[in-house]
Amino acid sequence: MVRKTVLLVAALVFVFVTSTGVVNAQSARDYISIVGSSTVYPFATVVAEQFGKTSRYKTPKIESTGSGGGLKLFCAGVGVEHPDITNASRRIKGSELEKCRQNGVKEIVEVKIGYDGIVLANSKKAKPMKLSRKDIFLALAKDVPDPKGGESLVPNPYRTWREVNPALPNKRIEVLGPPPTSGTRDAFVELAMEAGAKKFGWLAAIRKQDKKKFQAIAHGIREDGAYIEAGENDNLIVQKLDANPNAIGIFGFSFLDQNTDKIQGSFVDGMQPTFEAIASGEYPVSRPLFFYVKKAHIGVIPGMEGYLSEFTSEKAWGPDGYLADKGMIPMPDAERKKYRADVSKLRVLTALNN
Amino acid sequence: MNEGDSKGNKVERKTIDIVHQGLAKRYRAERRFRLYGLTAILIGLLCLAILFISIVGNGYKAFQQTYLELEVFFDPALLDQHNLSTADYTGLVKSNLRTMFPEVRGRSDKRQLYMLISPGGAFQLRKMVLRDPDIIGRNISVWVPADDDVDMLMKGHFKADVAESSRRLSDKQLAWIEQLKEQGKIRKEFNKTFFTAGDSREPELAGIWGAAVGSFFALLVTLLLSFPIGVAAAVYLEEFAPKNRWTDLIEVNINNLAAVPSIVFGLLGLAVFLNFFGFPRSAPLVGGLVLTLMTLPTIIIASRAALQSVPPSIREGALGVGASKMQMVVHHVLPLALPGMLTGTIIGMARALGETAPLLMIGMVAFIVDIPGGLTDPSTVLPVQIYLWADSPERAFVERTSAAIMVLLVFLMLMNAAAIVLRRKFEKRW
Repeated sequence: MVRKTVLLVAALVFVFVTSTGVVNAQSARDYISIVGSSTVYPFATVVAEQFGKTSRYKTPKIESTGSGGGLKLFCAGVGVEHPDITNASRRIKGSELEKCRQNGVKEIVEVKIGYDGIVLANSKKAKPMKLSRKDIFLALAKDVPDPKGGESLVPNPYRTWREVNPALPNKRIEVLGPPPTSGTRDAFVELAMEAGAKKFGWLAAIRKQDKKKFQAIAHGIREDGAYIEAGENDNLIVQKLDANPNAIGIFGFSFLDQNTDKIQGSFVDGMQPTFEAIASGEYPVSRPLFFYVKKAHIGVIPGMEGYLSEFTSEKAWGPDGYLADKGMIPMPDAERKKYRADVSKLRVLTALNN
Repeated sequence: MNEGDSKGNKVERKTIDIVHQGLAKRYRAERRFRLYGLTAILIGLLCLAILFISIVGNGYKAFQQTYLELEVFFDPALLDQHNLSTADYTGLVKSNLRTMFPEVRGRSDKRQLYMLISPGGAFQLRKMVLRDPDIIGRNISVWVPADDDVDMLMKGHFKADVAESSRRLSDKQLAWIEQLKEQGKIRKEFNKTFFTAGDSREPELAGIWGAAVGSFFALLVTLLLSFPIGVAAAVYLEEFAPKNRWTDLIEVNINNLAAVPSIVFGLLGLAVFLNFFGFPRSAPLVGGLVLTLMTLPTIIIASRAALQSVPPSIREGALGVGASKMQMVVHHVLPLALPGMLTGTIIGMARALGETAPLLMIGMVAFIVDIPGGLTDPSTVLPVQIYLWADSPERAFVERTSAAIMVLLVFLMLMNAAAIVLRRKFEKRW
């Protein structure tokens, strides 16, 4: 009987303690909550750790939800239960901005942090490939212009790289790339495939008339086995490339940088994917990285200004900063100055064309 | 037997002959059957051996970390007494490196020199000074962790004899490392950081302790909730519930729930616990609640099986000596069924320990550096930590991922061993 009452009391105490803990946690979140892109994640985590270890604030918690998923959580509202910052490997869309405004998230600060290069890499055991964006489009698109000429599209008939361009080796087209859910894929189709498709005059004309139709043609990637969706695990792609010298992998520059002993980047439009080439913009397949901050949370969640100033400091995002060591391509000086000023003034994003 | 003697004998002999003829074939068939069973076991053990050998082979090197010895002069000029927390400790490390290698000039060469030491070196010096400010002005020899590229070289993962452009470490850096080796200032030690630190972007500073504490809290909540509820539900369904269509429906549903993919529970947790009740995101409390929902069907099914295995004579005997139904269940049936219930619970816990998918939707797949202090602090769990490290580009995370897998497997084996031991122990008593 005594044992039973002791157990009952213990259970009630447990429930009471956790519930008060829950209530307390709700009203007093003392760490920054960040969600968003899996591409920006490796860079944001370095800044968060640096900030946490050198300041008296807690280390921000960062989740890798993907750009789209992150913006959805971000735009769900203002309050401690919603994230404070979202990372994105693309600019926020008009529809997302509208959704934010509808849910009360009216003041957003946009910060560009740098660039990320997308590379097509193959094993060092094979020779480096010299591709043009037109070659990439013809090799990977679902429907390509009829090789016989004319202005019609046929399902992709090319099996080897030599069929696409006689200057390329006679190897089977075997590309391991990101799945449709990945931001890297979105960026790749926009930067490489669209540019390759535009090289065909009649497709460029379609783009002027009907952008959506052009995008449907350019963004469609073949599903007949030549393009293999290798999931989000880029380490796995690197291993597969090491095992299969004929395959080519598509992933971010940081993975190439960390594995230079095993893989090499292909030339795209004559440029090799080096740090300098991507930074100067000569390597064409690179995209900007952003994060968005809720101005309403600054002052409520402790440490946000400190995190922002750490991220926008020269020792983080500058050319000699620790983010560059991790494979992020820094912005040119003028852009860094602009965004640092935006952050210190907390300039709110008003429209998407500025 | 006597009539139709000769004929009977003939029939007998014929039967015996047939039996003898078939005997050799039967023995062969039995031996083949035993061989199939043995082969099946050997294939299973072979797969297990391949798993262990590959994981241990990849991961055992992670239990060592390369350290460099620095003769650190805690310069009072750099360390302002009133601002010890924010002083430039990285500058302190850099100036000491320059003292060790005075011949290094030029900005890019100096940068290469500084890259030999992990950023953790600066944090280590900061902790030393904050703990004991008297060391300012003194010369102390400190062993700081080396950068993960140096660590990979020392462990043989990076080859030194390839062209410089194919390497992470330049020729100059290799030369400095050789010099340090000759002076005895570089050595590999047991990687204590792996067991005491939380997650980090630098592999040499990353550890599993944060994830282990998060796993512990989540499993604690799971155990405290799922065991009583599961046992109570099983007892009610088995002993008290009337046998009609409703109870059949419940039984079918519980069996189905045990087979539901675990991510569905994560979605349920997101919708109910986070959105409706408003619990904090990424807390072990919510993780534990989701895992409870997941292990409940397993525990209920195992407990029901255990209760069914108690012979009806025990029940009737108890009722016969005058016990009430509740006394019969609690004092007689439940203790006998306890070993089976405990086994089911521990196996359910072991499964919960290894789950990642349901925790994805409630926010526990995140970069969390600080060690969680309670049930509502943000945390992650061990399998999630393995998943996050497996996705990181740094080469040194490959071996740490395997080492973390080894730690997880050890925990799982301990839990399953505990299940077996407890079952044997209770079975003996009763």
